[in-house]
Amino acid sequence: MGIENQLTGDNILVTSLNKLVNWSRSNSVWPCTFGLACCALEMIATSLASFDISRFGSEVFRPSPRQSDLLIVAGTVSKKMAPMVKRVYDQMADPKWVIAMGACASCGGTFQSYAVLQGVDQIIPVDVYLPGCPPRPEALLAGLMKIQEKIRTENLNQRPDFKPGERYETQVPKVELIR
Amino acid sequence: MAEGKTITLNMGPHHPATHGVLRVEVELDGEIIVKATPYIGYLHRGIEKLAESKNYQQAIPLSDRLDYASASANNMGYCTAVEKLMGIEVPKRAQYLRVIMAELARIMGHHLWIGTHALDIGAMTVIFYAFRDREMIMDINEEIAGYRLTPTFFRIGGVAADTTPDFIKKVREFVKWFPKALQGYHTLLTENKIWTTRTMGIGPISAKDAINAGLTGPSLRGSGVAYDIRKAFPYSSYDDFDFKIPVGEKGDVYDRYLVRMEEFAQSIKIIDQAIENLPEGPVAIDSPWITNPDLVSVQTDISELARRFVLHTKGPVGPDKEVYHAVEGAKGELGFYLVGDGTEHPFRMKVRSPCFYLASALPRLLVGHMIADAIAIIGSIDVVLGEIDR
Repeated sequence: MGIENQLTGDNILVTSLNKLVNWSRSNSVWPCTFGLACCALEMIATSLASFDISRFGSEVFRPSPRQSDLLIVAGTVSKKMAPMVKRVYDQMADPKWVIAMGACASCGGTFQSYAVLQGVDQIIPVDVYLPGCPPRPEALLAGLMKIQEKIRTENLNQRPDFKPGERYETQVPKVELIR
Repeated sequence: MAEGKTITLNMGPHHPATHGVLRVEVELDGEIIVKATPYIGYLHRGIEKLAESKNYQQAIPLSDRLDYASASANNMGYCTAVEKLMGIEVPKRAQYLRVIMAELARIMGHHLWIGTHALDIGAMTVIFYAFRDREMIMDINEEIAGYRLTPTFFRIGGVAADTTPDFIKKVREFVKWFPKALQGYHTLLTENKIWTTRTMGIGPISAKDAINAGLTGPSLRGSGVAYDIRKAFPYSSYDDFDFKIPVGEKGDVYDRYLVRMEEFAQSIKIIDQAIENLPEGPVAIDSPWITNPDLVSVQTDISELARRFVLHTKGPVGPDKEVYHAVEGAKGELGFYLVGDGTEHPFRMKVRSPCFYLASALPRLLVGHMIADAIAIIGSIDVVLGEIDR
């Protein structure tokens, strides 16, 4: 990845740098603007005045995956949409985290049907699962705080190291587009 | 660009201004759209098929998730269709409560529309005010149904619970507060020069074209056709209330905007009348094979316990016939076509969703406009993808 992967050992320089980087990373987690279904409305509500996600430094919803650190999979991932979700995840620059918001993204939820991916963790790695259909904004904030906790305990050189050309390997369900 | 050469641009399905996962392929000549093709199905969840595997009562939460911006309005459509199938007459108090919830849901849907529509065009402030007032409705939902966005407050044969004193208080507070807030939206947008420049004369559709395309709801009324199912085929005591159907003239983005703004005011008027004249009485019918027995008798009477058990394991039985029933959802005519086969499950449920027709009108709305206006037009027809793809 970057220079941080060259840092080894537990000396004072590395651990202090670790703390500094984690502190700054955890307080500026920028989510990707990516609403899929009902949960997206609660995600919008979280980002606006009443719940105010900017208290946690995450108000900057970026339309481009290149500029974002957090993918909130807000809603049902259908099999037709799954390749796009994976592509958005792949386009995000490391370090990156994923929240599976709601029952649908976590496990398929109430839609145990032929068209719905039973959990987004079948295609991308997930850090935090939020229950609820849809989860309350408070739940999303709690999930974000879990992500922040996770970031603060991370080691710089323990981020998953993808070699060039290597991707998170899982099967994306094949869907034939009918035109 | 050379004469006659066009480029193809793909919008979506991951695009902040397509209101979900709509994908539109536009062919551009310079900045002018010469052809637009919407692709749908990115949120296909199989709701119609799932409803066949559930009993009539269990499918109500699925209907919430059709047009998730205004969930109770879908409940109204589904429950009234099932009641038409089963031949049930709902008590007056339940009908009034349903009207209150459905109209609050309509306001919720329009709140999402005005917030995101204005945000897409570049007026960022409006969404903050819209969602501030939307939170008040969410609180009301939570008070009576226990959930914010998808209350599932309706049941076959009535509603889930009676009112609480707090519910009445909160609704009255909202009715008193909202006209002021609406005036605020008007101040921000209606005579705003940038807003009128971006919306006037954009995406016009004539009344004849709108009818031919199957448009309903505010998008049809923006073209000057005063067709509203609440007036044309009143259901759930809508004929008791005094309200107007706002219509536009030209059918452009601005007219659709004005129609929806006026619908805010009319919905508040309906809610005001319903909450002040709320009749006394039960909130659900008392039918042994449709509605639950009360919890006290379940714990003291074995036959009531058995009845509750059967209701929860099998569910109410629908007759062997078919019905179509439509209500006025937040986006237009929301119809449910139900085929019963004498069992607890519908043999077929078909949803006539207004947004599907709105999205299929996109090619004729977009052609001839600039690419930047496409955002305004998509925002103005107010599609919700959960309802298009089902």
